[in-house]
Amino acid sequence: MTALGKLVRTTAFRLTLAYALVFAVISAGVLGYVAWNGRHLVEQGMRETVDAEVNGLIDQFRAGGIRRLVATVEQRTRRPGSSLYLVTTFVGEALAGNVARLPTSVLTSAGEDPDTPYERLDDPEDVTHHAYVRVFLLPGGFRLVVGRDLGELNSLGEAVKRAFLLALAMLTAFGLVGGFFVARRVLARIDSMTESANAIMAGELTTRLPLQGSNDELDRLAASLNAMLDRIGDLLSGLKEVSDNIAHDLKTPLTRLRNGAEEALRVAKDPQQYRQALERTIEESDKLISVFNALLMIARAEGGRVAENMAQFDAAEIARSVVELYEPLAEEAGVSLSVEAPGSLKAHGNRELAGQALANLVDNALKYARSAEPSPSGAVAAVQVSARANGDGTTEVSVADHGPGIPEADRERVLERFVRLEGSRTRPGFGLGLSLANAVMRLHGGSLKLEDNHPGLRATLSFPPPFAGAAT
Amino acid sequence: MKILVVEDDRDAAAYVQKALREEGHVVDQAFDGLDGYALAREGNYDVLIVDRMLPKLDGLSLVRSLREQEVHTPVLFLSALGQVDDRVKGLRAGGDDYLTKPYAFSELLARAEVLARRRSSGPAREETVYQVGDLELDRLSRRVTRAGQTLDLQPREFRLLEYMMRHAGQVVTRTMLLENVWDYHFDPQTNVIDVHVSRLRGKIDKGFDRPLLQTVRGAGYVIRDGAR
Repeated sequence: MTALGKLVRTTAFRLTLAYALVFAVISAGVLGYVAWNGRHLVEQGMRETVDAEVNGLIDQFRAGGIRRLVATVEQRTRRPGSSLYLVTTFVGEALAGNVARLPTSVLTSAGEDPDTPYERLDDPEDVTHHAYVRVFLLPGGFRLVVGRDLGELNSLGEAVKRAFLLALAMLTAFGLVGGFFVARRVLARIDSMTESANAIMAGELTTRLPLQGSNDELDRLAASLNAMLDRIGDLLSGLKEVSDNIAHDLKTPLTRLRNGAEEALRVAKDPQQYRQALERTIEESDKLISVFNALLMIARAEGGRVAENMAQFDAAEIARSVVELYEPLAEEAGVSLSVEAPGSLKAHGNRELAGQALANLVDNALKYARSAEPSPSGAVAAVQVSARANGDGTTEVSVADHGPGIPEADRERVLERFVRLEGSRTRPGFGLGLSLANAVMRLHGGSLKLEDNHPGLRATLSFPPPFAGAAT
Repeated sequence: MKILVVEDDRDAAAYVQKALREEGHVVDQAFDGLDGYALAREGNYDVLIVDRMLPKLDGLSLVRSLREQEVHTPVLFLSALGQVDDRVKGLRAGGDDYLTKPYAFSELLARAEVLARRRSSGPAREETVYQVGDLELDRLSRRVTRAGQTLDLQPREFRLLEYMMRHAGQVVTRTMLLENVWDYHFDPQTNVIDVHVSRLRGKIDKGFDRPLLQTVRGAGYVIRDGAR
């Protein structure tokens, strides 16, 4: 592509060209109107002057006859100027005036001729001039011709035309150049955005579009695109995290699974032993499957795919039913599980997912409710589930225990996948329960809060007001 | 029981067919949606087991078309898609149950049998009194008696027993209980259901010679009169 072709193809050039064209057409119109109007005014003035002179000369003729007319005309021709006069007899013989020659056809009838060629007496050479003339037939066959040379008017017209063309050319040129630079400035920013975008596509994922801080349209666009890139970046790193997790945390159970099968092949001697090994294998793979399911669910919830099945549900009912579900388990574990969820609390979301999130929290609380050292008094460990509506329209369901709690420094971290704190590694689980609850709450546009229960942990699911923000 | 399995993965289909035959069922197979649709319309099946992703005609469309043609054979969907909205889509299309791959065969069998039984017995099954051996459950008065003795059950225990007695003689799995008694479809990481069942068992079987509520190893539970 040639440099010119490249220039022509730019939006800057096209915009400029279009603007210059429109600009030129409008200026031409305005200037043309002014010129035409000016000429019209001058011509009208000329016609009026000639009329006045004709009237004056006719008055002279009426007062003093042909002699007086001739005298007056001769007097007037002596004055310098662009007027022309001619008095002739009925045969066309000149009696007075400053006209050397005039087309005879003009003399034959009375009237006006806007553009008559003629020659002047005071002009040494035989140059043809042009004039506006009026011809009058006087009694006795005399003819009176009064006119005005058009030379002045025409040269004025020429001057206007030249000025007009020059102005037009300059306007167009300035329009083109100015427009081009203005458009270039704007488009240069777009170009720099394009460059950044290309760099990002080429793999420099941390590059962001330049901002000028002017908060104009382009800046706002760039800011939005940057926010979009950040979001995509988050999703990507989430995805990367998932694959890292899979590599680290799923390989271990897979290895165990494989080792178990291998050992059975090596060591088992009778069908009974094979059977046991196979049963263990199935058990292990079931665990793996449930980990996979949890991971997929977290990934989907974090991807912000709002489930179609968001509807109104009763948060109090969820609290009661989950507690009811876990109550026997709690009793078996020697933990008192109680619920405080009056009436019904409307929240917007997915009952299934919310129930699962709460179940995870209750499950965790039961696991840790009995802290490492059982209380010497033998008091029953307690887990309290409560649901309430807040003044600001949010609905909260919280699970509080008196277990070891989570140190403040770790509260962010435990929401990540597969994170298990020291001391909990010996207990069953994969470190996905809180991640799942957190992802579910993000999907609902709510949050999972972890707080100190003095002692213990208070985990709170906070649902936003209905229809305030189901999607983040 | 006559079962049609519509599944394009031939290994999986062969495995399911073999296992179902071992359980004494008659099994036909189709490997794509169109064949499955034709067979399902013609054959008089008790239950259809339909994979969601099939060549030629996907599972959802297959079932939707069947329902439009007034074929009301119970359908159990099999799918690798197991999220909440996937399951709801399957049920909306006319499916009766939804099972996510990978599944335990015992789960598939239990669900298919429950669906088939529902069809063969129809609404007549909705009796007001369920009876298994000397255990009676009156759905109207919400009274449960064993050998004439009234048993004191919590509301949820009552619903648990009611569900199991409606499917007396059939194996019900833990997830089926969670779904039907608690209306949750997630996979509880701990043995919550087992604890509920063992509590219930304590109430209905304790002190009686013949246990009615039995554990089926590797599958779930069944309530039946052991003498039968």
